[in-house]
Amino acid sequence: MSVWDDLPGQSAVIEQLRSAAEAERPTHAWLFTGPPGSGRSNAARAFAAALQCEQDRPEDRGCGTCHACHTVLAGTHGDVTNVATEKVTISIAEVRELITRAQDRPSSGRWRVIIVEDADRMAERTTNVLLKAIEEPPPRTIWILCAPSPADVMVTIRSRCRPVSLRIPPAEDVAELLVRRDGATPEAAGYAARVSQSHIGVARRLAHDEEARERRSRVVSLPLNLHSVSEAVVAAGRLHDLANDDAKSSSERRNAAEREQLLTALGAPETGKLPASMRSQVKQLEEDQKRRAKRAVTDALDRAMIDLTTFFRDVLTLQMGTSSELINEQIRAELEQYASNTTAESTLKRLDAIGETRQRLATTNAAPLLALESMAVSLL
Amino acid sequence: MTPAAGSTRATRTAGNVVSWRAIEPAPVVLITGGEEFLAIRAMERIRHQLRQTEPDVERTSLDASEYAAGQLELAASPSLFGEAKLIEVSGLSSMNEDFLTDATTYLSSTVPDVTVVLHHDGGARGKKLLDAIKAGGAPVVECQPLKKDAEKVEFVNREFRDARRSIEPGGAQALVAAVGSSLSELAAACSQLLSDTEGTVGPDVVERYYGGRVEATAFKVADAALAGRGSLALSTLRHALATGVDPVPLVAALAMKLRTVAKVAGARGSSAQLAREFGMAPWQVDNAKRDGSGWTPEALTRAVRVTADADVQVKGAARDPVYALERAVTIIATSVNRRP
Ligand SMILES: [Zn+2]
Repeated sequence: MSVWDDLPGQSAVIEQLRSAAEAERPTHAWLFTGPPGSGRSNAARAFAAALQCEQDRPEDRGCGTCHACHTVLAGTHGDVTNVATEKVTISIAEVRELITRAQDRPSSGRWRVIIVEDADRMAERTTNVLLKAIEEPPPRTIWILCAPSPADVMVTIRSRCRPVSLRIPPAEDVAELLVRRDGATPEAAGYAARVSQSHIGVARRLAHDEEARERRSRVVSLPLNLHSVSEAVVAAGRLHDLANDDAKSSSERRNAAEREQLLTALGAPETGKLPASMRSQVKQLEEDQKRRAKRAVTDALDRAMIDLTTFFRDVLTLQMGTSSELINEQIRAELEQYASNTTAESTLKRLDAIGETRQRLATTNAAPLLALESMAVSLL
Repeated sequence: MTPAAGSTRATRTAGNVVSWRAIEPAPVVLITGGEEFLAIRAMERIRHQLRQTEPDVERTSLDASEYAAGQLELAASPSLFGEAKLIEVSGLSSMNEDFLTDATTYLSSTVPDVTVVLHHDGGARGKKLLDAIKAGGAPVVECQPLKKDAEKVEFVNREFRDARRSIEPGGAQALVAAVGSSLSELAAACSQLLSDTEGTVGPDVVERYYGGRVEATAFKVADAALAGRGSLALSTLRHALATGVDPVPLVAALAMKLRTVAKVAGARGSSAQLAREFGMAPWQVDNAKRDGSGWTPEALTRAVRVTADADVQVKGAARDPVYALERAVTIIATSVNRRP
């Protein structure tokens, strides 16, 4: 086993990172890019582990079994800092704190590694502060920035980082990972990898969450039941409910666990009233969770619309006579019938309507139900 | 407006706390607390007072969260013609390090003829700076949200008293009940009543103006539009917007009416069956059936889409949200075959 095991379909990237980790003085700034779900942050963490690995021979680094590899992958290694944000932007204060941290010599590892997972979520001024730090790094510090694509970070940053670009992994590789690591059945893994279009995180959830699979198949079959304005408006309401259920089920468990963790960390009494100092921290957490809940609904709606898009992409595939495999192979018969009753031109219009609604929900404060209704009547 | 003696006497309670109704310009003024409307009022008052004595006062606005080192010094540096200066700084609750540094320096060497107004809307950030400002003797305006109805009633009374008018206790209570959830709306309502009425305002007047105001108006516009009565819909809409009704609930009312009409339109089954299916009351189904009688599927589709467009536009996408709403109402009203 090694730290590279869980990066499906990224053999070229693994080769690049493995030889970098063997080097005496690896490049001190990296930019990892790849579409959502391709495994950017996993790759960054694996690389950090290989950099800190305790194996004597450089070619064995990234063993996945030594203490350093374990702690880096678990996120508890003292010399590896991982910054992930649930917020819209990383603040300048956070970046300043990181830069201060970057000045420290590593305590136990060979390097001080700083991973910034959402380097694209930074204002220009914040980026400039970071830039200075990357230009003049302390001798034993390595920066790893992650973003969806190189175009998402400023060119000044891009030009100072060595690029690592992850590709969308082939569905078979994602399926193999789900079977090996999560113990999914080959059928469930194959289905999840295909319909998620190789988004590793989404695929994992679909593979082991029956309800998530159920929700997705209801979303994808919505267009099959649209014959009237009435049905469209009712379907939009259902889509809205499904996304809210989805967001709720994914955040509830996490929120409870976080609260529990915080109370333990604060040493809160088992029963009775919380002291005032703790109450304010719990309240802060609850506010963060509330903010995140809104984001979770937005994300779930977006996911639902990506799923809906796959229906029409399949219809288009059939209408254009391209012989590629369907994403929603499981409802091929229904898709074929739908495709023969409509035209490719109308399919494109429907895809546009979904795209416009996605854009609205992601970038404006539009009322979600109304936006979905407008989309649904446009699919008639 | 000069403060009426007695009613707006500077109420120096704890230390240097001054009421927002009585604040005067000073080298440094600190405004704290989360009620933005009161903070804005306090700032307006300082601006107004300064202009009384210094008509050419030069005003600069800064945001402490996006602050760049040196901005404060630059804004405070004497200008060519030596005008007085007013520097308003917002966002102190998320101030950055540069601001903290510069503001701390500035406190120890304030510039003559410069008024710096700092607004901190809550939270612990920058507490040291706030403490230093208070210790330096600067006036502090505390703008806490008015939580209790009694405080809001008192607010209404003061608004009337400042205009040398009066409102009956029942009138003030009715007003707070109708629009008291937002202080800025409450103030807007006071100023409308002050300008539209004469003498003492009683509960009956408040009821006429604000009884179930927003919902009723919004549904009046929606009812008229869906019935194809375009000119009635537009005039009601314009009147509502002119009296300060927020466009967002107007769009929401259109969406809600269209939703029920669209659900019922073309759906087969008895009213009781449909009511169960759509989670409505049977009478709502009957109303929606009646409202939907002039609608074709194409017209409904168009109406839903144009309403969704207007929703995005009134929430900031359009330069002219009023037009966006008028357009939606017009398209809806002309899409339906008017009922006889
Ligand atoms: Zn190792």
